Amino acid sequence: MKPEILLGDEAVALGAIHAGLSAAYSYPGTPASEILEYLIRAAAGTRAFVASWSVNEKVAYEEALGVSFAGKRALVSMKHVGLNVAADPFMNSALTGANGGLVVVPADDPGMHSSQNEQDSRFYADFAKIPCFEPSNHQEAYEMTRRAFDVSEELGIPVMVRLVTRLSHSRSTVRPGEPRRQNPLRHGAGQDWTLLPVNARRRFRAVLDSQAAMVRLSEESEFNSLSLNAKDRSLGILASGIAFNYVQENLPSLKISPSLLKVCTYPVPEKLVRRLVDHVETVLVVEEGYPLIERSLRGLFGIAGKTVRGKLSGDLSLTGELSPETVRPALGLEPLPTLGLGGFELAARPPQLCVGCPHADTFLALKKALADHDKGNVFSDIGCYTLGAYPPYQAVQTCVCMGASIGMAKGGAEAGIHPSIAVIGDSTFGHSGLTPLLEAAASDTNMTLFILDNSTVAMTGGQPSFASGERLLRMIEGLGVAKEHIRKIEPLPKNLDKNVRIIREEISHRGLSVIVAVRECLEEAKKRRRSG
Amino acid sequence: MKQDIILAGVGGQGIISIAYVIASAALEEGLDVKQAEVHGMSQRGGAVQSHLRLSQGRIWSDLIPQGEADLVLSVEPLEALRYLDYLRPDGMVIASRAPFVNIKNYPDLETVLTKIREIPRHLIIDSEKLAKEAGSSRTQNMVLLGAAAGRLMVKEESLIRFIKALFERHGENIVSANLKAFALGQAVAAAADFVPMSGGSGEKGSR
Repeated sequence: MKPEILLGDEAVALGAIHAGLSAAYSYPGTPASEILEYLIRAAAGTRAFVASWSVNEKVAYEEALGVSFAGKRALVSMKHVGLNVAADPFMNSALTGANGGLVVVPADDPGMHSSQNEQDSRFYADFAKIPCFEPSNHQEAYEMTRRAFDVSEELGIPVMVRLVTRLSHSRSTVRPGEPRRQNPLRHGAGQDWTLLPVNARRRFRAVLDSQAAMVRLSEESEFNSLSLNAKDRSLGILASGIAFNYVQENLPSLKISPSLLKVCTYPVPEKLVRRLVDHVETVLVVEEGYPLIERSLRGLFGIAGKTVRGKLSGDLSLTGELSPETVRPALGLEPLPTLGLGGFELAARPPQLCVGCPHADTFLALKKALADHDKGNVFSDIGCYTLGAYPPYQAVQTCVCMGASIGMAKGGAEAGIHPSIAVIGDSTFGHSGLTPLLEAAASDTNMTLFILDNSTVAMTGGQPSFASGERLLRMIEGLGVAKEHIRKIEPLPKNLDKNVRIIREEISHRGLSVIVAVRECLEEAKKRRRSG
Repeated sequence: MKQDIILAGVGGQGIISIAYVIASAALEEGLDVKQAEVHGMSQRGGAVQSHLRLSQGRIWSDLIPQGEADLVLSVEPLEALRYLDYLRPDGMVIASRAPFVNIKNYPDLETVLTKIREIPRHLIIDSEKLAKEAGSSRTQNMVLLGAAAGRLMVKEESLIRFIKALFERHGENIVSANLKAFALGQAVAAAADFVPMSGGSGEKGSR
């Protein structure tokens, strides 16, 4: 087939289609969103497979698991922290096993370009004791996704493909192979799927027993490679995933070629690692994320007679993203000469709300209403409105995880904070806001919840929201919030005074209020006008 | 032969479009291509950049190593300066002189332009004026692409073909405005090209 230029995310998506994908689910999140976006575009018109946004990652995972139980191939993708949301079905699916191939693709964000943390999803694969592929380039992202489906069916277990921002959001050439057909519907062994203790114990034993097969697959994988320098045994480099590229980029600058092991499959190929370690005096481990391989290599007491270097030894940074230049010092190389700024102070240009954004009007009204209160807290959430933490608004004070604002506002109120305010977007509310609001309504907590309904998932590019418009209002009421304390405002400059008055009324109400600020996202309105 | 290019600007200025055109042309000409870009939170009105790497041989890293960029191509003057750590000492900067002011502490424009003029190989383009002349102020990115076109390792015809492909679905007028913007950029760069003189809408340095 013809070569194409694809994002790393898209290479995964195309690999899944060519592996005979029947259904894919996800919740939008940078840097993973483009996987499902590609699948939705590819499925449009053909309807050859299902590609659908889910209300959250946990539901997405469960939908994919249901497809797998039916014998068909399913993909579930999410940003790294989305796997936290899906961790319950994820961990347990290792025990139920997969019937049709089940591939989970978390996209990590080392350097935290668009995230709250830089957790490393390889640890989740290790925790669940499932195989993991870590592509170093686009072609591998395509091929490994295909392989992951095969391995999933061969071992009867979910398989992870771990991406990182720099691969997800980089474009390069992919040469696709011949597509495979979808699986027929196939009913499986239902007993394995009922994780009552008696079954779960048996299933966990089976997972443990299959570890040797996983290591063997890893050792035989063509995605790993070892080259030993027979003449010089001083240094060996173990590099995984895209970290391998940063090492390769710098190799021409080295006078003596080190021995080099590329690891892109987990559990790690033990024999290959053994051969490298036996051959050299010092092993430098270069991996993107937390030091997973380095830690297991080093153990508690190190390897007698060998030096292990990497992030734990301080040769590479434990935080942030790797790059060609951050790897240089660990290789004993000086920085390359650059033009540089010569001390010129460069003004930063942080991300900000669009000019005329409805959130800005809500924040102005909220700030004004709160001017008389100096002891309150505004707990916020994940979305464009998190940018309200920056000047000139400085209107919100927390960003923790999806839906956290409501639970935290309830906790704050119960600890004595007043006013205790929560600010959440419509899609984030649908994702994880319903259950905490159910609780707050049941105890009529003295707090005020703002739901900013811009009718889209704006930050990630305008995916559809499940909890918007009339449906949102009915949901709030259905959860038990008193009707007279569900207030709708339209965040526009001309409504400022009216909105401030409504907010003040609800803050002074001793009990739960929900203020729904309804105005469409500007970017989405623009897009809609353009497409007619 | 290889070429490493940093594309710079502010979210919404069409950096990704420039990257698409060059990368597609490179693929067609059988070159290896890697192009890293920024999505999500970091692109909302903030500084955006794309690392574009072209090579006849294999490209390893998706990111250009600091000190290896041959060219910084920026649709905004302040943003041109943000990536000088990536530029080789003999590298070139092609930048628009039209500031995008969405921050309070935007420096004095003359100071920014002076800083760009200190770069031995630079070309400052009045992309705003040329884009308007082309028929749409939104074509500044194509003015810049045109200004760089003669220095890229892909053919100018290939670039033109993919400009057409990119804007086709927006209709004839948009296509022709973008092609005109590209041509105006080409003309300014050609007039300034390695000749120690300034004039027209472009100014260059050759210290």
